[in-house]
Amino acid sequence: MTDALVVDGVWKSFGRAVVLRGIDLTLAEHEVVCLIGASGSGKSTLLRCVNLIEPIDAGRIVVRGEEISARGVDVNRIRRRIGIVFQAFNLFPHMTVLRNVTLAPREVLGLSRADAEERALELLGRFGLGERAREYPDRLSGGQQQRVAIVRALAMRPDLMLLDEVTSALDPELVSEVLEVIRELAHAGMTMLIATHEMGFAREIADRVCFLDDGVILEHGPPDAIFGAPREPRTQQFLQRIVAAGRM
Amino acid sequence: MGSGGDGRRSAAVAIVSSALFVVVVGFAITRAPGWDEVKRTFFDWGYFKDSVPEIARAFKLNVKIFCIAEVFILAFALVLAVFRSLPGPVFFPLRALAIVYADFFRGVPTILVIALLGFGAPALQVQGIPRSVIFWGIVSLVLVYTAYVSEVYRAGIESVHPSQEAAARSLGLTRLQALRHVILPQAVRRVIPPLLNDFIGLQKDTALVGTLGAIEAFNQAAIDTSATFNYTPYVAAAVLFVAITIPLARFTDWLILRDRRRRQAGSVA
Repeated sequence: MTDALVVDGVWKSFGRAVVLRGIDLTLAEHEVVCLIGASGSGKSTLLRCVNLIEPIDAGRIVVRGEEISARGVDVNRIRRRIGIVFQAFNLFPHMTVLRNVTLAPREVLGLSRADAEERALELLGRFGLGERAREYPDRLSGGQQQRVAIVRALAMRPDLMLLDEVTSALDPELVSEVLEVIRELAHAGMTMLIATHEMGFAREIADRVCFLDDGVILEHGPPDAIFGAPREPRTQQFLQRIVAAGRM
Repeated sequence: MGSGGDGRRSAAVAIVSSALFVVVVGFAITRAPGWDEVKRTFFDWGYFKDSVPEIARAFKLNVKIFCIAEVFILAFALVLAVFRSLPGPVFFPLRALAIVYADFFRGVPTILVIALLGFGAPALQVQGIPRSVIFWGIVSLVLVYTAYVSEVYRAGIESVHPSQEAAARSLGLTRLQALRHVILPQAVRRVIPPLLNDFIGLQKDTALVGTLGAIEAFNQAAIDTSATFNYTPYVAAAVLFVAITIPLARFTDWLILRDRRRRQAGSVA
């Protein structure tokens, strides 16, 4: 079977700062991979590169057999297939929840208003947001806003979801409702690449965990191996600091 | 927040201090040595009543010029602002055009643009080019105000956080779709107050078209004045201008308030 995502020797720098130094990573269909590592280790940059928000300097990115990092590829067509959710939600504040979710299906996929709204309401209902469809984002809690952002990405029926520290901007008591949504997506078989600081969650949900350090994947493997018996000293250090901070 | 008692007290203080201010200024003016003369030549009720109907009729031309010009200004300025916001080397010529345009037309006095176009363009006597001074007056106002209003739009576009565009693009929207559905609606909402400021400026500057000979309110007042040597018609024209710009200002305040209320309604609940 074709892999859902292949990242092959990807390099990326901003000016003189090299952020990704040859990343190799493969996701099978329905696989959930968590990226862990300190801030600045390159997790977000990697996700942004996969979504073609940032052009890469070297290497290849292949989604379901198609090299999306090749020259001349229509980025808009690729982005339809790859959903990304940001730390800061980035909902459109001048639109109701429903319009936030239906905008791209209508404009990009050409769905009729009725079809797009049906799809949106079904998704919103599934994630407990049905009552909020007609409201504006600033009337929602952070957790609700982030769930809407996830629904907005899902409404495009992407092949692959990228989640960039989606609970980092939330009050602690709102984290679980967002994690619950991700858990459900994982159970439904969504292929996901997740950058996260929620180690307990990563351990529970991930098929594989990758530890990023200074732009390289230093260590990867099943969560129990990474969290239980990390081989690399840097990984051990990182996890010790997380435990010391009471985050695991 | 103040209690009801404090509110009433503040209102009372405001009324008393305003009344005092009016009395003092009024006293100072009416005691000025030349007041009787000024009163006769600027504030003559008889002249006012006689001149108002004609000036009001002429003022319709100001309103017409304003309305026609504003439609084109809002559209052209938006295009210019979008040109200026386009990234990348490919669009450099459009960006440069927008910058040069804005610099030029904000730099030249409006009255000069009106004089040059209003007297110059019809003099070309080219077939098909309108010869009406009102037409060229409107063209001049559109040229000048497009420069100002495009800068207002641009400020609005730049005030929308880049993450909004990133979110739109990440959903597969094209740059143009993101601009149309995500960036411009937020940008325009934010610049309504400064836009109105330019509306008011434009409404006043329609009087400049009178310099071309068009009989609008200011020109009509000048004609009346030169016939009677009494300046009251100017005051009448001023009253008409104020009568239309003040409601415009209150209307915008109301629009802004309504938008804010609508978006925050029930946020406490």
